[in-house]
Amino acid sequence: MLHTFVALVEDKPGVLTRVASLFRRLNINITSLTVGHSERPDVSRMTIVADAPAGAAHRVRASLYKLDNVLEVDDIGQFSCVVRELALIKVAATTKTRSNVFELAEVFRARIVDLAPESLMLEITGVSSKVEGLIQVLTEGENKILEISRTGRMVMRRGQHTSRVLDAMRIPEPEQVIPLLEETHGEISGGDVDLELIAEEPNNPT
Amino acid sequence: MMPIEATNQRQATHAARLTGAEIVWATLEGEGVREVFGYPGGAILPIYDALRKFPIRHILVRHEQGGTHMADGYARASGRVGVMMATSGPGATNLVTGLATAMLDSIPIVCITGQVSSKFLGTDAFQEVDITGITLPITKHNYLVTRAEEIAPAIREAFLIARSGRPGPVLVDITKDAQQAIADFDFDAAIPGEQRKHPMLRVEEEAVTNAVEMILAAKRPVILSGHGVLEARASDQLRTLAERLQIPVATTLLGLGGFPASHELSLGMMGMHGESWVNESIQQADLLIACGMRFDDRVTGSLATYAPKAKKIHIEIDPAEINKNVAVDVALIGDLREVLEQLLPRLAPRSAKKDGSAWLRSIRALKGTASVRDIQNLPDNGHLYAAHVINDIWHATGGKAIIVTDVGQHQMWEAQYYKHDEPRSLITSGGLGTMGFALPAAIGAKVACPEKEVWVIAGDGGFQMTSPELATIAQEGLDINIAIINNGFLGMVRQWQQLIYDGNYACSPILSPDFVKLAGAFGIDGATVTNRPEVLPTIARARTSGRAFLIEFQVEKEDGVYPMIAPGAALHEMIRRPDPLIETTSDV
Ligand SMILES: Cc1ncc(C[n+]2csc(CCOP(=O)(O)OP(=O)(O)O)c2C)c(N)n1
Repeated sequence: MLHTFVALVEDKPGVLTRVASLFRRLNINITSLTVGHSERPDVSRMTIVADAPAGAAHRVRASLYKLDNVLEVDDIGQFSCVVRELALIKVAATTKTRSNVFELAEVFRARIVDLAPESLMLEITGVSSKVEGLIQVLTEGENKILEISRTGRMVMRRGQHTSRVLDAMRIPEPEQVIPLLEETHGEISGGDVDLELIAEEPNNPT
Repeated sequence: MMPIEATNQRQATHAARLTGAEIVWATLEGEGVREVFGYPGGAILPIYDALRKFPIRHILVRHEQGGTHMADGYARASGRVGVMMATSGPGATNLVTGLATAMLDSIPIVCITGQVSSKFLGTDAFQEVDITGITLPITKHNYLVTRAEEIAPAIREAFLIARSGRPGPVLVDITKDAQQAIADFDFDAAIPGEQRKHPMLRVEEEAVTNAVEMILAAKRPVILSGHGVLEARASDQLRTLAERLQIPVATTLLGLGGFPASHELSLGMMGMHGESWVNESIQQADLLIACGMRFDDRVTGSLATYAPKAKKIHIEIDPAEINKNVAVDVALIGDLREVLEQLLPRLAPRSAKKDGSAWLRSIRALKGTASVRDIQNLPDNGHLYAAHVINDIWHATGGKAIIVTDVGQHQMWEAQYYKHDEPRSLITSGGLGTMGFALPAAIGAKVACPEKEVWVIAGDGGFQMTSPELATIAQEGLDINIAIINNGFLGMVRQWQQLIYDGNYACSPILSPDFVKLAGAFGIDGATVTNRPEVLPTIARARTSGRAFLIEFQVEKEDGVYPMIAPGAALHEMIRRPDPLIETTSDV
């Protein structure tokens, strides 16, 4: 099954290797990995999606903590959270065939971010299955996909968590019906719609 | 760690401008280091050049692998951090086996390597190797230091990491330009940031309550005592727990000595070559209290059939070990001594019945039938067995020596026939099973504890892997006694071939030099023993010689270690010592 870990790590050379090497040693495949700055200076945030047996999460988390450069680890799996992935998709399209792609983009609330005589580029943000949905309809359509670049998942727990998630985790979670992560990506643009809209930015192709 | 002494040198170097090389030594001195093992070379020469200004003893090894085992043996014998130094490239790659050995057995050592100057990094310069990359999975942490200012903080942090939590090896790779540059040195200011406590280290109140209830309710409990007992210095607490509730104690290989072997509640070593009653007790137990051990496959045998009737309490400092191999009912994640101290006040003493509980009586019954097979009970039939030799070394040393073993049959016989009553009296490579470990590790132990009697027990195969370290013994004038158990085979391999590969002894017969002559070439005295009556007198000669002494014991060639659990078999499915031996050699 897929597990999602968020790790806050020191922003130093070699830290990514240490984290990646750990997964290699545990013989766990990393499905996606996003790394970037966090809200703290000198601290990077990694979102690691890994394919591992159900019981492996505890050990992965405990092992990540053994790496000296890892500050905090959150096993997101069981919590309610917002999941996003960004993709850039380049599609072959001439002036004549563009309108077809425009329509699809509209349905998926993707944005056109580049137009060239022979191609155009789409930007889409959303849960992974939404991105996959767009790719699928594009694949099935007449316009050939030339290139895809996907970020992999970025995840943040809902509610008032500071980055000291562990402190927060010691406080019992409020009793609420938590839409599981796995369920969230079952839909293309269903229950998540409101937040999705909040996340949308004005359409300004550049 | 040893207390830090405010020597004059320390004062002189306090808050001074020093070269990076001097900072290395000043920081080591500040950490209380008095001895380092090492081997020089181009990329570390600035550090060697600066050594004369510092009151630290450098022991020149004969191979960097040996040096890492020395640092390791030093740490295991004393509990202090062992230090090994090497140059870049081949010097650094020779550290790999020793680092992995220390990693798997959680031993605190710090290795310092020279590296090519920072401007050459990544250019395949002469003797450049990416040693931090190579050692990533076999160190607890490592550093590449390219600036003199970073040296003191890196080394101080390395010491902290090496000995904190679950200990382990740390490597600090220092570029040559960093060694040559000048920087401010202030030992106290280089204090490492507070070592982050593993956030999953938490002993939950509820878990403690559950553990107490389970312990009080158990009818057939067994304590499993591991290496963590030594690392956490929890022998006294463990003993109190065992005695208070009359719980028998089984020990892992690395845990030997953590609970006195001569104690009436001691069962002995568990696992692949554990005595039958130990493994039987575990299989019949209704509660296992695992203390500072990790349910290694050599200890559990087949997991599917491991201790099926037992609830399990796991007290362990490394959260990643919980439920790794064996699912446990209660996990107490923390320092073993602290956890035991939390448990003990809640466990009221149980009055010891005169002949023990029904459980202890039933274990005694198991023991009774098993010990008939004990080779030690067989009368002398003219053959010399390794077990006799080891048993005699135990008698002669009163069980008080530090025994350093290599890997193989002799290692298991040592575990079975030398009764360790004191922590840190057995030094052996358990996790990695590194042949060639014994001789150098013994050097480390002797350097750390010069007042202790130190014995090497090695096989003819493993001894030859690191025998050049005899020269180190000679050069340093160390009084170490060496027992080579020569059976003409890579014995443990031969035993597996006999039992599992149809007796096809592929490449396990091994020719050896005349070991006594070899020792003689280094100026070390020795003797060869071929029969039982000579064993004790020759041991006495070695002990009283006042200097290093090597004894080659020519033992039975095709003897086996029994009982044995075949790899992957259940703990109670033991292969016993074949009966014919008993029939032909005795009438017990
Ligand atoms: C470096 C290394 N290589 C190979 C092995 C595999 N191995 C384990 S025991 C053994 C035989 C050891 O023979 P010897 O040193 O003569 O000791 P004995 O078993 O005869 O007591 C071997 C080859 C090992 N543990 N370590």
